[in-house]
Amino acid sequence: MRKLVDLFSKNKKAQLLLFIVYVAVSSLSLILAQQSVVAFLLLLFSILLLYFLKLSTKAKWIIGLVIVAVLIPFSASQGQAYESYMDVATLVGIYCAMALGLNIVVGFAGLLDLGFIAFFAVGAYTYGIFASAQASKFLHFGHFPLSGESFWIFILIGGIVAAIFGILLGIPVLRVKGDYLAIVTLGFGEIIRIIFNNLDKPVNITNGSMGIASIAPPKIFGIVIANASQFYYVALAIFLVVVYIVTRLEHSKIGRAWKAIRDNEIAGQAMGIPLVKTKLIAFAIGASFSGMMGVVFAAKQTYIDATSFTLLESTTILVMVLLGGMGSVPGVILGAAVVTILNLQVLTEVSNWLNQLNTNGVISIPDALSPAKMQRFIFGLLLILFALYRPKGLIPAKNQKYDVNKLKKSTTKSVFVEPQVSNDKKASGGSEI
Amino acid sequence: MNILEVTGLTKKFGGLYANTNINMNIEKNSITAVIGPNGAGKTTFFNMITAVYKPTSGDILLNGKSLVGLKPHQVTKFGIARTFQNIRLFHDLTVLDNVLVGMHHHLKSSWVGALFQMPRTRHAEENAKKEAYRLLEYVGLAELLNESAGNLSYGAQRRLEIARAIAAKPKVLLLDEPAAGMNPKETKKLTDLIHDMRTKLDITIVLIEHDMKLVMEISDFIYVLDHGEEIASGKPDDIRNNPRVIEAYLGKGAVANG
Repeated sequence: MRKLVDLFSKNKKAQLLLFIVYVAVSSLSLILAQQSVVAFLLLLFSILLLYFLKLSTKAKWIIGLVIVAVLIPFSASQGQAYESYMDVATLVGIYCAMALGLNIVVGFAGLLDLGFIAFFAVGAYTYGIFASAQASKFLHFGHFPLSGESFWIFILIGGIVAAIFGILLGIPVLRVKGDYLAIVTLGFGEIIRIIFNNLDKPVNITNGSMGIASIAPPKIFGIVIANASQFYYVALAIFLVVVYIVTRLEHSKIGRAWKAIRDNEIAGQAMGIPLVKTKLIAFAIGASFSGMMGVVFAAKQTYIDATSFTLLESTTILVMVLLGGMGSVPGVILGAAVVTILNLQVLTEVSNWLNQLNTNGVISIPDALSPAKMQRFIFGLLLILFALYRPKGLIPAKNQKYDVNKLKKSTTKSVFVEPQVSNDKKASGGSEI
Repeated sequence: MNILEVTGLTKKFGGLYANTNINMNIEKNSITAVIGPNGAGKTTFFNMITAVYKPTSGDILLNGKSLVGLKPHQVTKFGIARTFQNIRLFHDLTVLDNVLVGMHHHLKSSWVGALFQMPRTRHAEENAKKEAYRLLEYVGLAELLNESAGNLSYGAQRRLEIARAIAAKPKVLLLDEPAAGMNPKETKKLTDLIHDMRTKLDITIVLIEHDMKLVMEISDFIYVLDHGEEIASGKPDDIRNNPRVIEAYLGKGAVANG
C-alpha cells in the first residue's frame, strides 16, 4: 500500500494517468446519471486534484481550462438538471471573483472589511438602473433602457463606479484600524443597502423596496445571453481576468507594499510606503472586482432589490476568504467554491433528503432545523473549527520562492555594493551566526 | 559639513517632556551615538526625526531642508532610513521580499506596469531583486533569501533590518539599539558592518546603543540624553570621563568612588 502511495506521489506519469481516469469516471457518471449531484461535485473536485498534481503551471492551466470550459458544461448538458448545475457553477465563478477582491483588502492589506457587499450592490445597481426602464424615471434625456449590448462596457463602468465608492469610503474610514475599521465598514455596508432601499423618494432612482425588474440580459453579436449555461462563460471569462490581475499584483511592488503594511504598519511607512494611498488602492481594486461581479449578477438575475445585499452576504464572502486561507489565491478560490456549493447544493440537497424522510415518516425533524435554514449556524461552526485547527485556511498562503542562480547572474552594476566588496564582507564579518 | 541639524527639538506628551530643547549637528559621513539611561528619550528623538511623532517645537534639517510636518514615508524619500529597537520586520514575507519593500520609494514599478507586464517594469523588478540579493550577501543573509523573516534568529533579524534600511538608499541611517540582545561575537560583526557602511556605502550613521564598548569604539561623536535633556556631548574620550554622564548612569556618589 505504501509503495502504491509512493508511486503516485513521486511519479508524474502515474499521477497524470490516475487523474485522467478520475476525470473520465466522474464525467461519465455525470453523463449517465444526470440527477446525481455527487457526480457533478466529484467532477468539480477534479480541479482541486489538478492543483496538487506535480505538473508545470502551464500544463495545469491548460488541463484546468479544458475541464472547466468544455468537460463540465458538456457532461452536465445531457439532462434536465443542466441549467441548475450551470447556475451553481456561474455563481461559484461570481463568488470566486468577489472573494479574490476581498482577499486583496483583507488578506493582502490586512484591512478587515465587513461591508464588502456594498460595492457589489453599487455595481449591480449601476447596471440595473440603466439597463432597465428605471433610468427614464429620473433622467429626462437619453433613451432607456440601454440594450443588452451595453453590458460589456458596463462591466468596466460598474468596476470603476465601485472603485470610486471604495475610495470615497476609504478616505474617512482608513483613519481607524483593526476592529474599529471592521465596525465602520459594517456600518457603511448597511448604509448603502438602506439608501438603495429608500432611494425612491424624492427622486426615484432605485425604485426602493420594489426593486428594479426586467433588466436587459447581455447581448453579443445579436445573441441574447439569458441562460445560466451561457452566463457560465461570461462569469468564467471575468473570473480568469480577475485571477490574472490578482496574481500579477500580488507579486508586484504594490502587492509587497500591501503585505508589508499588513505585517507592520510603522515599519512599512518607515520604508517609504505611503500608508493612505496604498490602502486606498487596495480598497479600490477590491471594490472594483466586486462591482464588476455586481453587474454580472444584475444581468443574470434580471431583477435586483436591496435584500440581496445584506450583512449576511458580506460575512459569507469573508467566510470564503477565511476558510480558504487569507492572502492565498488558490485557497480563496477553493474557499469560495466550497462555501457556494455548500450553500446552494449540499445544504439544499440534504434538506430535500430529510424532507423526504420526513414525509415518508421515517424520522421527524421540525422545519426550523432544516439544514438550509442553518446556514449561519454552519458558517459559525466552520469558522470556529477553522480558527482552532487550521487558522491559516484550507490552502495556506505561500511566499514566492526566488531562484538564487538567477539572482546571482548580475549584469548591471550595483549602486550599493561592488561585487568583490560583498565577497570580502562575507568572508570577514557578515557570514552566518 | 553638517548633513543633519536639529535645533531646539522638544516633545511634550501631556505634561511630560520626553525631549527638551535638543540640539545636534551631525557631520556628513560620521558615526554619531546617542546614549542615555532607559527612558531618557532617545527613541522619542528618533521617532521625531522619522516623523512618527510630530515635534512640539524645534526644527530638523536634512541638508538644510526642514523635515518637520512631513509624513514618515516622505522622510524616507528625503533620505533617512531607520531600524527599530523592538525589531519590526515584515515577518510573513520572505527575507528577500523584506529588502525589496525597502526599495519601495525608488523602485520604478507601477501597478499598471505590473498588470500589463510592461518591459520597463519587468526590468526594474529584476534589477531590484538582484540588488536585494547583493544586499543580503552584504549583511550575510544570502542563503536565507527564501526564508520567512519571522523564522530568522535574533541576530539575523537585526541584520535583515539593516539590509532593508540600506535598500532605501538613505543618506542618514538611524540604528535603534542594533546590538541589543547580541553576544560579543555578533556585536563584533555588527561593529564591522557599521564601519563598512560608513566607508563603502557613504552613509551617515546615528545610533542609539547601550553597549558602551561598541559605542566608544565606533563613534566619532556622542550625545548623552537624560530625562529628555541633553546633558553632554563630545568625543568618546570626553564622554567617558564626564562626571555628569557617570552620574546619570550610576547615580550620585559613583564619581567619587569610581
